[in-house]
Amino acid sequence: MSIRQAMLAILEQGPMYGYQLRAEFEQRTGETWPLNIGQVYTTLTRLERDGLVEVVGHGGADETDQADTSSDRQVSYRATEAGRSEVSEWFATPVPRSQPPRDELAIKLAIAVTLPGVDVGTIIQRQRSATMASLQDYTRLKRTGRAATPTEPADLAWSLVLDALVFDAEAEVRWLDHCEARLRRAAADATEVRRQAPAATTAEEAAR
Amino acid sequence: MNAVLHLAAVSRIHGEGATEVHALRSVTFRAHPGELVAVMGPSGSGKSTLLTLAGGLDAPTSGSVWIEGTDLASLDNAGRARIRRTSVGYVFQDFNLIPALTAAENVALPRELDGEKARIARRLALTALEEVGIADLADRFPDEMSGGQQQRVAIARAIVGERRLILADEPTGALDTDTGEEILRLLRTRCDAGAAGVMVTHEARHAAWADRVVFLRDGVVVDETGSDEPEALLADEASR
Repeated sequence: MSIRQAMLAILEQGPMYGYQLRAEFEQRTGETWPLNIGQVYTTLTRLERDGLVEVVGHGGADETDQADTSSDRQVSYRATEAGRSEVSEWFATPVPRSQPPRDELAIKLAIAVTLPGVDVGTIIQRQRSATMASLQDYTRLKRTGRAATPTEPADLAWSLVLDALVFDAEAEVRWLDHCEARLRRAAADATEVRRQAPAATTAEEAAR
Repeated sequence: MNAVLHLAAVSRIHGEGATEVHALRSVTFRAHPGELVAVMGPSGSGKSTLLTLAGGLDAPTSGSVWIEGTDLASLDNAGRARIRRTSVGYVFQDFNLIPALTAAENVALPRELDGEKARIARRLALTALEEVGIADLADRFPDEMSGGQQQRVAIARAIVGERRLILADEPTGALDTDTGEEILRLLRTRCDAGAAGVMVTHEARHAAWADRVVFLRDGVVVDETGSDEPEALLADEASR
């Protein structure tokens, strides 16, 4: 899972507490994929179990978050040699696309077009408005937030994450437009076929 | 807030009888000061008709078009032409600059046509060119400029003399991604400064620069997105 490798890669910079690690992660990615602190420590514990990070003891880093003062959470971690090679491996390996992430919208439309009595056009329009609204939000953040004029590498990183969200949303809107156009064409063809029922085969030929 | 542009139940039918085409069907649409509105729709959805009516270049079959509180139907041709020169600025996909005139002369033209003295018109033109970041290109001819620079001249021409309604028809259509974004930034800045902007586009990424996105299908507004604040997910970043 990428959060694990991302945390490990950030730890290469030097020892950190869990809270710092989370802050560094969110500095680069905004709150697009929020990490809860429990998740951060669970991941650190597993990384330690697997020999990829080690505890460097208490103190050393300037932890300012007083929300949690229990001693086991004041521990800082650093990447081990094995951890470093896992990070290099991660950067060297393309993210696989062979297993497409589950796409709820594609699944929803795929089911909807096969069921009688579902208004696919309305589903598409509602989705397009919702996706467009997100696209407007991302664009607003891009032109007004710290991503607008990035001065630090972490700001540039956040601006690139926003670009990824923008391109993703744009692709979804384009796909919805495409679905709408194809469904309209299919509906028109179906009407045509019904009208020329005796010559159905010819109409199908013509539609191609 | 009073709308700069108000289309009230506007319909436009082209042709008659069997060949009649309903380009717009009772569309009501407003653009307010400080607001950039994007109009999206496939070709044939009526978006260009909407822009043409908004600019007084065509008249509706029924309904009315108001610009800054004036019903365009109450004006004669000269009156409409005056509104077009003084209140409305156009930006087209293919820039529509006059090749024989320099950048400054292109921008000054609407002011001169409106009776402004040449010297004053030129000064206004230079101010507008400066606002779009190309004051140094004032004496170049269109064919001596890149597409992005020409579109900046076109925007300067659209805003010269403090016009408060900017109508843009696929303004980024002929430009590459980065140049297109600069043009959107300029339109955005102008609207943030108080103008009302209406932009027709088929690119979702460009429409996303608008405060509101209106979807047209077969001459009807089928939906629009509001100008709500960013979702909670991103709200913290926005307030930083």
